[in-house]
Amino acid sequence: MNSIVIPLVIIAGVLLALTTISAGLIWLERRLLALWQDRYGPNRVGPFGLLQVLADMIKIFSKEDWIPPFADKPVFVLAPAIIMITVFMAFTVIPFTPGIQVVDLNIGLLFFLAMSALGVYSVVLAGWASNSKYALLGGMRAAAQMVSYEVFMGLSLMGVVMLAGSFNIRDIVEAQRGLWFCIPQFPGLVIFFIAGVAETHRLPFDLPEAENELVAGFHAEYSGIKFGMFFVGEYLGMTLISALITTLFFGGWLGPVLPPVVWFLLKTFIFICLFILLRASYPRPRFDQLMALGWKVMLPAALLNLAVTGGILLAAG
Amino acid sequence: MATIYIDNKPYEVKDGNNLLHACLSLGFNVPYFCWHPAMHSVGACRQCAVKQFKDEKDTRGRIVMSCMTPASDGTRISIDDPEVKAFRASIIEWFMTNHPHDCPVCDEGGECHLQDMTQMTGHVYRRFRFKKRTYNNQYLGPFLTHEMNRCIQCYRCVRFYRDYAGGRDFDVFASHNHVYFGRHEDGVLQNEFSGNLVEVCPTGVFDDKTFNKHYTRKWDLQTAPSICVHCGVGCNTIPGERYGRLRRIRNRYNGEVNRYFLCDRGRYGYEFVNSDRRIRRPLLRPTPHDGDSSGGESTVAGEEALRHIADLLYFGAGVIGIGSPRASLEANFALRSLVGPEHFYSGTSDTDSRLVAMIIDILSKGPARSPSLLEVESADAVFVLGEDVTNTAPVLALALRRSARQKPMEAARKQHIPCWDDAATRNAIQDAKGPFYIAAPYSTRLEDLSAHSYHAAPDDLARLGFAVAHELNKALPYVEGLPEQVRSLAGSIAGALKDAQRPLIVSGTGCGSEAVIQAAADIAWALSNGGRRADLCFTAPECNSLGLGLMGGHSLDGAFRAVQEGAADTVIILENDLYRRADEGAVNNFLGRVKHAVIIDHLTTPTSHKAEAALPAAAFAEADGTLVNSEGRAQRFYQVFVPEGGIQESWRWLRDIMITTRRAYAREWENPDAVMAALAEALPVFKQIQDIAPPAGFRIAGMKIPRQHQRYSGRTAMFADITVFEPRPPKDPDSPLSFTMEGYQGRPPSPLIPRFWSPGWNSVQAVNKFQSEVGGPLHGGDPGKRLLEPAEVKEIPFFKAIPGAFVSRKGEWLFIPVYHLFGSEEMSILSPGIAELSPRPYLGLNLEEANNLQVSAGEEIEVNVNGAVYQLPVRHVPGLPAGVAGLPAGLPGVHKATLPAWGSLSKTSGMVEVV
Amino acid sequence: MFSLIRTAWDIFLHAFRRRVTIQYPEVKSYIPPRWRGRIILSRDPDGGERCVACYLCAAACPVDCIALQAAEDEYGRRYPAFFRINFSRCIFCGYCEEACPTYAIQLTPDYEMCEYTRQPLVYEKEDLLIDGTGKYHDYNYYKVAGLTIKDKGKGEAGNEAPPVDVRSLMP
Repeated sequence: MNSIVIPLVIIAGVLLALTTISAGLIWLERRLLALWQDRYGPNRVGPFGLLQVLADMIKIFSKEDWIPPFADKPVFVLAPAIIMITVFMAFTVIPFTPGIQVVDLNIGLLFFLAMSALGVYSVVLAGWASNSKYALLGGMRAAAQMVSYEVFMGLSLMGVVMLAGSFNIRDIVEAQRGLWFCIPQFPGLVIFFIAGVAETHRLPFDLPEAENELVAGFHAEYSGIKFGMFFVGEYLGMTLISALITTLFFGGWLGPVLPPVVWFLLKTFIFICLFILLRASYPRPRFDQLMALGWKVMLPAALLNLAVTGGILLAAG
Repeated sequence: MATIYIDNKPYEVKDGNNLLHACLSLGFNVPYFCWHPAMHSVGACRQCAVKQFKDEKDTRGRIVMSCMTPASDGTRISIDDPEVKAFRASIIEWFMTNHPHDCPVCDEGGECHLQDMTQMTGHVYRRFRFKKRTYNNQYLGPFLTHEMNRCIQCYRCVRFYRDYAGGRDFDVFASHNHVYFGRHEDGVLQNEFSGNLVEVCPTGVFDDKTFNKHYTRKWDLQTAPSICVHCGVGCNTIPGERYGRLRRIRNRYNGEVNRYFLCDRGRYGYEFVNSDRRIRRPLLRPTPHDGDSSGGESTVAGEEALRHIADLLYFGAGVIGIGSPRASLEANFALRSLVGPEHFYSGTSDTDSRLVAMIIDILSKGPARSPSLLEVESADAVFVLGEDVTNTAPVLALALRRSARQKPMEAARKQHIPCWDDAATRNAIQDAKGPFYIAAPYSTRLEDLSAHSYHAAPDDLARLGFAVAHELNKALPYVEGLPEQVRSLAGSIAGALKDAQRPLIVSGTGCGSEAVIQAAADIAWALSNGGRRADLCFTAPECNSLGLGLMGGHSLDGAFRAVQEGAADTVIILENDLYRRADEGAVNNFLGRVKHAVIIDHLTTPTSHKAEAALPAAAFAEADGTLVNSEGRAQRFYQVFVPEGGIQESWRWLRDIMITTRRAYAREWENPDAVMAALAEALPVFKQIQDIAPPAGFRIAGMKIPRQHQRYSGRTAMFADITVFEPRPPKDPDSPLSFTMEGYQGRPPSPLIPRFWSPGWNSVQAVNKFQSEVGGPLHGGDPGKRLLEPAEVKEIPFFKAIPGAFVSRKGEWLFIPVYHLFGSEEMSILSPGIAELSPRPYLGLNLEEANNLQVSAGEEIEVNVNGAVYQLPVRHVPGLPAGVAGLPAGLPGVHKATLPAWGSLSKTSGMVEVV
Repeated sequence: MFSLIRTAWDIFLHAFRRRVTIQYPEVKSYIPPRWRGRIILSRDPDGGERCVACYLCAAACPVDCIALQAAEDEYGRRYPAFFRINFSRCIFCGYCEEACPTYAIQLTPDYEMCEYTRQPLVYEKEDLLIDGTGKYHDYNYYKVAGLTIKDKGKGEAGNEAPPVDVRSLMP
């Protein structure tokens, strides 16, 4: 009985928590950006403007659900759902605490990589189905960008896998009881972080939706709740990458005194803030610079990291 | 051709012109004030100064007035020389010393020649510190405002008014810098062309008073090329609209027709378009035949009215259509197509139909040509036979004033005075009169020009004409029993006409006499017998009389007969007030007999009151159409604005009736072009009519021609009180013009010029930029196509029936129409200003006759003519022959239709039959 | 590489700077008198309407949001029969004020004129005309123009000589 109920409760809890958090993140991002730009940000609706999210949601739900007549309708509708589904699926393997995890897969990390690879379809299909120039350009950029960065995203994690000796994420966390992998796998951390920014196409790597050249890129034709799904999907992706960094490099729920879930959330929160700080700080690179960075710097670096880690592990026996 | 050098570049110019004329024709901007293309040079204002050089070695040069210097071969001048530029700037600075700080409240602002020239010369800052001279203004009548403070003393107004238009009651007064242009005392300007002072004055001394009542700047007026509808001359006009009301009429230059000037009736007669008497929605009225005589009328939607009319046509025993000489060719043709040619009646009085048909016959079957007004101006001997030209075709009278000068000008030519040197020419001519002869039933305004004028009853005028014809061609019948005096007059007229290079005979429908027209034709034909050119100019009673005449159609009497005989019981009346066309009794009888009368008109008239259904037609400014003027020139007029209410063009109503009654071919009539095409196919005489103007699909670089100036203002606020969401501008499927300010901004083809404007030239003087040469044809040729050309005939069909001499009858008078510029025309009299100046109905008698009758001017007398009885005050009409009495034509309250006619007079007070 | 981190750090430090946002509507910023806000029609020092309906503001308006109709009173003074500004189109560029030869039309520092619909943003003459002289206190156009109005005949404006006697031949 419990074996059925408890996972269901966890699934429901995780879903609820994630959607709430990602919605809250919209408010958080706007406040933080304002903070770093000497402004106030939303501060009118509710205490500290917290209800801004609610207002935005009401707005977005009550907006006309417009499908352009020239769009490829089924694909157009499907695309925003894909990103939500893949991100949520990826969350299933994240161990929030020793007790809260949807499914404990022994190929957890590979599952995550697989899901994030599937996420590309959402953006590409959205760009394609919109049947407009800007959306198509955005979709193409997204495809190239995500496919390129996925390569070394996986490779950068191999060091962690070697150190932990397992693809099971829970095992990886447990393996960090002595030393968080951020120390031995610092290059891996940096590479994964950058790849994560690119995978979630957050600033400065938001070239697929570069508003000053592509209007809104792949989701230029979207509005209402479908746009909302892309929007929330982006924040979910950001949360996912932050949670993974926490899990893979910063010992997950591990930490003294405070309960494990608090540790986990705290660490994740810091990385989310870091994501936002990046947005506040950096301008967007040119697309060729982005690709050059990926293939000419990050990929060799990831390979080198892998080789060195492997070498050291072999040498250490 | 001569080669002149302007700033060291050679240009080819025509011989015999002055430098200003040459420079402006070449497109150079040389400022000027006193020079006017129609009035030429006097060299008074010193503004057009240029520097002239002796030869290419001469670097010093000397400043000359370009308007007074001939553009002879090898002339070297500079317009841009710094010294001459400074000279021109200082001249305008002098002009401006007394000019008031008035531009914002001046009607001329925005189309002011003085503003343009000030900009052009670069004078910007007033250095003159002393007081400005001021004047008191005068009341000059209902048409003109007077604001003498603004005057710059260019003398154009007096030169136009006195020298060009022959006015006497306006002059220049006082001396030195107190020179004053006005009348000797307040009062209405008497000249028929006084309104042109608005365009002649380079600044705002004279402005349009009717326009001032609903003032709008030039750039805010929506304008389109149009044709004047107030007489048969067909002057080209530019009506302007704002906020759905017609605001004013301006002259539209047409080198062959009206050129630079309009008459006051044409300029100020526009206000009927805004009249309360307009029909704005379809009206249905129960008729006595329906058993309901309450007479209540109701406005209905267009579709309902059309359905109702379709029912009438379907169930009616027979349908006839009555056309109109004041409706466009399109409208008349649409009616003709609806009812069929055999049921189409021209809707003009019997006399008019006959006379117009005869005129068309004479012009198309004989060797004499109907001249354009430009050709009239160059005629050097003129014989006006039986026509009060000033009141029936005013602008023709203005042209005749030019032709009267042609012969005397030879004196100036002999003294090597160039024709453009106006003051010197006038000095050489002095008071010399040319061979200008007038024979008219009463004294007319042109008599100051005439070498001899002769007044007689219409039949006697015709006899004089036939006598002249006999003198010219002895083969023509001799006029028996002519007094010796008249015979010698005929001899001298014949001699003058024979001697002339370009003789011109002017006649028309004014007398209502066929014999007069025939006599005029005989003279012209006799003159052109030797293969030389003789022009024969007829006036037409209304704006499309000739067009309707060319279309054919039975006379109005025929329509009356058709109903009388029961051949028809339903009538469609097109833009026509039958009470102006026939006796009241006959019309009453006719309208009483028809079961159903449908009227399509823009005004409520006595006729429309009796119609069962009235459809609101578009007035000239709200419609596209074609009119044929008295020359036989077909000219296109364009819609200026989209009227409010259910108004549409008459031909559209008729087309809709045709569609409702399932006459399928009318479906293709989407624009006037299609109607024109059908007309040209049906009646070959109109073959050329499609070439008058570019078709509706015409575009320049894919663009339409905007009716609104590029500076048109208020587009997002004009209708904001009704709705803040701007309605889209109306579409115009009928023409290459659009109701917006977007479109082709360059120079459009000549029939489509919606306004004269050019960068730096905001005033009417911008017309220079639209002419191929100053005073010449517009670029691409003057608009309009002549439909009537003389025939190559072997045997001239001379008229040989000479009427007997007029014999006055005892106790009876021959009543003839006396024409009035203000009042004789149906629509213009709805303008308040024209109504103010139009005479009250009167009985005209010459002094002697009045004395014989023992009535004094102003005394009421009972007039009994054509069965109608009027009480009319007596008025002296100088020149009326004995036994002839005059009735003012077309005035409300007097029926012109069947004049001339015999009738009797009786003094009311004594109740005694006066013998 | 270092500069990237430095940038992020500098941006982070902005969290402790002073806010530049002014918390409108609780706090209002200083509006200079020549601010280009709500448009008004002013009166001359004698209380007469300054607007002479010359149409120059309408012509100058780049969005064509001014419409008016000129009229004349019995003494010859000109005024607008109606004067309409569609503020839902107005871009507050101030060209109308620049074009105005009589200082009648002026832009004011009032900018609080929001509406939920566009129709109330159409202002008619009654809404525009104020009782004062606005920014320019002393100017009275008719005192320098040559036109006569009530209580001012020919030659009575500034820098004008009395009317000429046309019958006089004196030099």
